[in-house]
Formats: sequence, structure tokens, C-alpha cells
Amino acid sequence: MHGIVGYGAYVPRFRIKAEDIANQWGADADAFKKGLLLEEKTVPGPDEDTITISVAAARDAVTRAGIDPQLIGACYIGSESHPYAVKPSGTVLIDALGIGPDCHVADFEFACKAGTEAMYVAYSHVKSGEMEYALGIGADTSQGAPGDALEYTASAGGSAFIMGSEGVVAEILHTYSFTSDTPDFWRREGEFYPRHAGRFTGEPAYFHHVLSSCRGILERSGMKPADFKYAVFHMPNGKFPLRAGKAMGFRKEQLEQGWVVNLMGNTYSGSSPTGLAACLDEAEPGDHILVTSFGSGAGSDSFILRATDRLPEVQGLAPKVRDQLADRRIHLDYGKYVAYRGKIRMNEV
Amino acid sequence: MITPRYHREIPQRYRLEAGKCAACGEIHFPPRAVCRKCGGREMETVALPRRGKVVTHTTVWIPPAPFEGQKPYVNAVVELENGVKLTCMVAEAPPDEVKIGTEVELVFRRLQHEPVWEVIQYGYKARVVKV
Amino acid sequence: MREVAVIGIGLTKFGELWDTPLRDLFAMAAADCLEDAGVGRDQVQSAYIGCMTSGMFVAQEHLASILTDYAGLKGIAATRVESACASGGAAFRAAYLEVASGASDFVLAGGVEKMNDGADATACLAAAADQEYEVFHGVTFPGLYAMIAQAHMAKYGTTPEQMAAVAVKNHDNGARNPKAQFQMEITKDTVLNAVRVAEPLGLFDCSPVTDGGACVLLAPVEVARKLGKPIVKIIGSGHATDTIALHDREDFASIPVVGLAAQRAFQQAGIGIKDVDFAEVHDCFTISEIVCTEELGIFERGKGGPAAEAGETALDGSFPVNTSGGLKSKGHPVGATGIAQICEVYAQLTGRAGDRQLKNPRRGLAQNMGGSGGSCTVHILEVES
Repeated sequence: MHGIVGYGAYVPRFRIKAEDIANQWGADADAFKKGLLLEEKTVPGPDEDTITISVAAARDAVTRAGIDPQLIGACYIGSESHPYAVKPSGTVLIDALGIGPDCHVADFEFACKAGTEAMYVAYSHVKSGEMEYALGIGADTSQGAPGDALEYTASAGGSAFIMGSEGVVAEILHTYSFTSDTPDFWRREGEFYPRHAGRFTGEPAYFHHVLSSCRGILERSGMKPADFKYAVFHMPNGKFPLRAGKAMGFRKEQLEQGWVVNLMGNTYSGSSPTGLAACLDEAEPGDHILVTSFGSGAGSDSFILRATDRLPEVQGLAPKVRDQLADRRIHLDYGKYVAYRGKIRMNEV
Repeated sequence: MITPRYHREIPQRYRLEAGKCAACGEIHFPPRAVCRKCGGREMETVALPRRGKVVTHTTVWIPPAPFEGQKPYVNAVVELENGVKLTCMVAEAPPDEVKIGTEVELVFRRLQHEPVWEVIQYGYKARVVKV
Repeated sequence: MREVAVIGIGLTKFGELWDTPLRDLFAMAAADCLEDAGVGRDQVQSAYIGCMTSGMFVAQEHLASILTDYAGLKGIAATRVESACASGGAAFRAAYLEVASGASDFVLAGGVEKMNDGADATACLAAAADQEYEVFHGVTFPGLYAMIAQAHMAKYGTTPEQMAAVAVKNHDNGARNPKAQFQMEITKDTVLNAVRVAEPLGLFDCSPVTDGGACVLLAPVEVARKLGKPIVKIIGSGHATDTIALHDREDFASIPVVGLAAQRAFQQAGIGIKDVDFAEVHDCFTISEIVCTEELGIFERGKGGPAAEAGETALDGSFPVNTSGGLKSKGHPVGATGIAQICEVYAQLTGRAGDRQLKNPRRGLAQNMGGSGGSCTVHILEVES
């Protein structure tokens, strides 16, 4: 049996409400909230980045796995907000957690899909027998240009998954990926904010890849929507994943647990992994979970998982996603938000 | 702080590695070459516990330049579960949330960046444990 | 050991001296001092000069050479002494020991700091704390003393009003000191309503950023007698160190290094605090004057705040503290402070303190402290009647 042996999620404490962003730009707050199905989003503190989020999530993953971090043979962080253009994020992570130095480390980037990419490669390593444990993480401190529609959703957070074959809490039964060259969203070297192609990001990009990937994995597995307790689709906003789920024949109850976007925003590479973590928080042995990510550019990774008897033993060992979403939120005003996000120019030190 | 100096201190800043005197058991953070208690020279590496409580604290309104973007912030002396005390920031805490005796855990955060080469420097901060 | 006396003092105006460079601050104080002592510059054999961090403030090291040269003392033996804000006190002690030992007869003890020359003063001063385990985490000096204040408030019930009383009193005294940076009286409300620096300390709880230089000349008592000078003897010299990091100490509501240095000075002098008439103490922050008066034994632990509020430390109080205006009002050019304190004690003992003159004091104490209490000197001076 191969799959997830430990998982952890991290949700920053700071938030900004959608109406505070709307009010800043004189936009219709209610229209945006309804259109995006989003109340508020997480904001990283001035001392947080993809690395610190990864460390926090991975520390909880190690706790839930109950393993010696030295046994982890590979670490991959998927993100589109690695703090350095050149210099790995993963090296900080392994030194913080006491992993390695005999460890394979790489940073992944594929817009919002980098997290499931990291999970997929980590899983492949343990499935092949190359190593005992491998760590895959999706984390981001997403950027959206001030005033852009993305600003309502681009948020921060992430989840970490340790793959292995001993002590599995969620067995990975099937994987499938669907990829094509579709330039719907990008950021060129040296540019501060990503750009997107407006409505082209919808049907030709998100829905085409998500639905094709989902159909592909169902076909391969011979399973149907009714077989799943939970289904998670990448959450660029509140509406898209619900529409995709409905189109595939999933019911609302199957989608709700992993649908964290209304309170969290779009954590880019951390989005569908955190949706999965939220499902693992509540799943019971035997429950099946479907996850489909989406990364602009474009592609989707799908996973089918089944919770094992060990899952309930580890759920309470670290903070759950929805507890973190509800816990001790600090709401920032727009001024503090842009200061924390580095969107105003301070004097150089 | 220049990068070689930061790199040397990664075990302390990232993993809270302390030095325990092989002769008398005194724990030093950061590790010392010579035991402050017995003068012993042989040390073994031990990791500090991550939980502790605030012994004293302040809210800094006028910070040195590298911390300008975080003001006001809370600094505290934290006494860890094994009695070792250290100074750090209390992350994301509104000032009125931190009191003498407040329970905290040490988390991994970005502290500053090295001013010349802009290397980002990470380390520990305290975070208030949910009461 | 020979008995040693202070035979002359020299002090520049303290303040933001934009037109005066570091070298001249010392040269002016040294020239004033030699003139005051009536000793020719060719007679001076050696100098110890306290300076905390000229390397960071103005990127100038190798101070002993440049400063003595510009003071017209080229050629003498000279040493720069550094012990953070206690650099002046440590320089004074080194000069005292050189004269006491019999090695030299005329030794200059100086102190100087040029803090207003464009450097980030907060960052420069922070070099007196543990760079890697305090400053790296955003700690500032006001922050360290604020943490001492929090602990003192929690343990003894000390109040912001009591701390404000220290600032008000020191400004009252400084208003009578023509060398002081801030020659103005303030009210308690000014202190309490000031801009916050580090809770519970506001701007008026903090000593300022100051340029200044100070010098005193030491000689054997016998030589001083021959010169016909008033005999102001150094009867006790105590010096101690503690951990540089505040967190490595046991009790943050105390500053043990002060008590330890005082104990050594009193032991040498063979007297106790009851035998002393007044003191210059290291009030880099209002809370530090309160804690230091407790450490010195002027007041019991926890009673420093109420005593300050009751006026016990005022010019007409039971034990006047910081008649000069202290670091708070006179100014705190860190390396010069320890020497400037000796200047004030000398001035009071010789009846030269002008509008702030105490009535016939016999013994005065100067307590100079480095960092958050990582080093301290205590000197007791006595005038021969």
C-alpha cells in the first residue's frame, strides 16, 4: 500500500475582507462577493513566505506521520511564490526540520498546480521503492495586482504530505494528469504581478483541463461520482470548483468539506492540497476522496485516495484546516494589507 | 548580519540546537565552547523544547531599520519548558494579547534580510498558544 | 596603592553639535580640563579614553592616536577603553589604577561620543546588546529597558507616573545646568503623553542622542596637595560585569551588576551608602534610575519608584540623584557619560555646581552602566574638609 502517511496544513492568521478590497477601488462589494462566492482571504504576515508556510505545514505532517524526519529521502515544494528567483526554498525547509543532508530537494513551479506536482513526484518515489518516505508540499503567498480581480482571491497558505508505504493514512489508488499548452495566466521574469487572459482562463483553461483530468481518472479507475465521500477541485474562486463538480455529477455535500475558498481565498499551489487536507481532517476509514488540481499554462493532476484505519488516529495530532480558518483571525485594513504584502515602496534598509 | 555568520547559526535559528555540558549537564543556548557552570569543554547537542511562557515583554514602536515594516511588534523573553530563556519576537500578536505568563510556542519565521546581499534570514519567533 | 585625587575637569556643551567633529569634542574637553587643573600638556603621561562605538557612528577607530594628537598630546601613552555606555567609567578606573600603582603621576581620563553624524543611532547602540541573540530578533535598547520596566512593574507595582517623576526631576536639574542638552523643565503629563518608544517607555522616558566630550585629570593626592588643589579623593572604585544578554539573567526586575560594582566600591572605601550624600546614576531610561537607586541601596527594592515620586531624589530631597540633570536631561554621549558623571560629582564637592549646588556635600557617588546591565562601574569621591 502506498500513499499519504502524514499531512499538515497551515493557514496564516491575518485576513482581509472582500468588501474592504472592493471599497478601496470603489467596486460593488456585494457583486464581487456573489460573483466569486468569497467572504475574505488569508494574508501572510510580514514574516511569512512560502518557506515558513511549508515548514509549518511539514512539521505537522511529520507529527502526524510519527516518523524520524531523517528517513525522508526527498522534499519538493511546489509554489509560484518561492522567495528567491535563484536559490531553493527546499534547502531551508530540510534544515529547519532536520531532514537530510542525504535528501533529494527541488522546487517546483507550474502556476497553481505545483503543489500536486510535488505530491505526485514524492508519491512516485515511494511507489517505485526508491525511498521510504518523500515529502510533497504546495504552498504560496499569492500575488495579484492591486485593483485586479485576482486581488480578491490571491491568498496564502499551504499543505504538506509525506508519502510512504508504512503507516499509510490515505492510500493513493490512482493518479492521472491532463496537460496542454494554454497561455491563460503567466508572469514573465522580473514582473511583480501575474497577468491573466480574462475570461479565457475559464472554459478553455480551467474547465477544459479540470473536467478532462477528472473524466480521465474516473475512466481509468472505473469509479463514478457516487463512490466518493469527498471531491476537491482547484479553487481559483468560490464558483469554479462548484461548477466543475456539478458538471461532473458531484453533489454539494461531497464538495463542501474541501471547499475552503470562501474563507481562505485562492492559495494557488496550496489550494487543492489544502482542500484535500480539510477532507482528511474529517474522513473515516474507507472513504474515497477525489482531488483535481489546476495549473495555468495549463494542466490538471487528479488523485483518488482511500482513507485507512490509521487516519482517525492522526487527525487530532495537529491543527485541522477548518479550525485554523475559524481560529483567532486578525482582520487587516487595506493599508496594513498592502504594507504587509510589500505593495508599497518602503525605504531600502 | 553577513551571510557566513548567519549560516553558522542555522542549527540554533532553525532547529533550536543547544549545547549540553557533558560534565555537569548545564544547557547553553546558544552552545558555548566552555561551560559557564563548571568550565567543561565537552558539549553534546540537544534540541530545546518549543513550548514556554513569556517572562517579560515590550511593544517596540521605534525599531531598527530592518524591522521598520513590522512595527509595532512585540519582543519577549520566553522561558522554555526546560528553563532555558531566550529573546524573540512574538509573531502576529496584538500587543494586548501578550502578558507575563502567556503561553507561547516557537515557530519558524522570516526575521530580516541581510542588508548588502539581501539573503533572507529565517529563525524562531514565539506565537501565542490558543488559550 | 597610592591615594589618588581628581584635580581638574573639562566638559563640552552636550547636545546636537553639528559643527563639531569627534576629534574636537575630545580636544576641547581635554584642553578645558588641563586648564582647570593648571597642569601643562607636557606633564600628562598617559590617557584612557572611553568611547563606545565610534566605528559605527563615524567609522573611526584607532581613537587613542587621533584624539590625543588633536588635543595637543601627541606622543603620550593612550588607550581607548570600551565597555558600551560604561566606557567612561571604565576609562576612569583604568586611569585611577595607573596613578594608584605609582606608574604615572598625571593621567587623563576622558570620554567622547559623536552620535549625531548621520548613523542609525538605534542600530549603533544595539551593538551593546547580544547581536546574534537579541538584536537579530528586533530588540532595541529602549526595548530591553522596557522589559526590565515590565518586570519591575509586575513585581513591585512600579507605575508609569513614578517613572515620569524621574524624568521631571532630572529636567528640573538639567534646566540649571548650562552644559545640559535640554535646559528645560517638563511636566509629568509631557512624559506620560509622549510618543511611545517601547511599552511602557515613551520618548521622555529615554535619554537623548548626544554629542559630547568630557575629561578629568588624576594625580596622586600628595601631588595635588603640592599644587594647592582642593583634595577630591577617589576612595572607592568598583567594577563588575554580567551576561550581555538580558535573558541570561535570573531576575529582570533587578540589575545585579550595579549592586556588585557598588559592593566592591563600598568595601574599598570602608563606608556604606548612608555615608554618601548624593549620586550621579545611570538614568539612560527613567526605569534604570529607579532600579539603580535600589541596587545602590539608596532605597529598598521596590521603593525606588515611590521615592522618586515623593521627591526624595530631588535637589532638596533626602538623597539627591542626578543633580546634573542626568543622562535624561544633560544628555548621553555614551562614551563620555561616565566621565561627565565624575565631573558633576567633582563640581558638587568643590562647590562649583552653580544653581544646582548642594549644601556642603562630602561624598558623592558616580554609577555608570553598560548595555542592559552587562557592565558597571561605581566610584566614590570624597572631598577633604
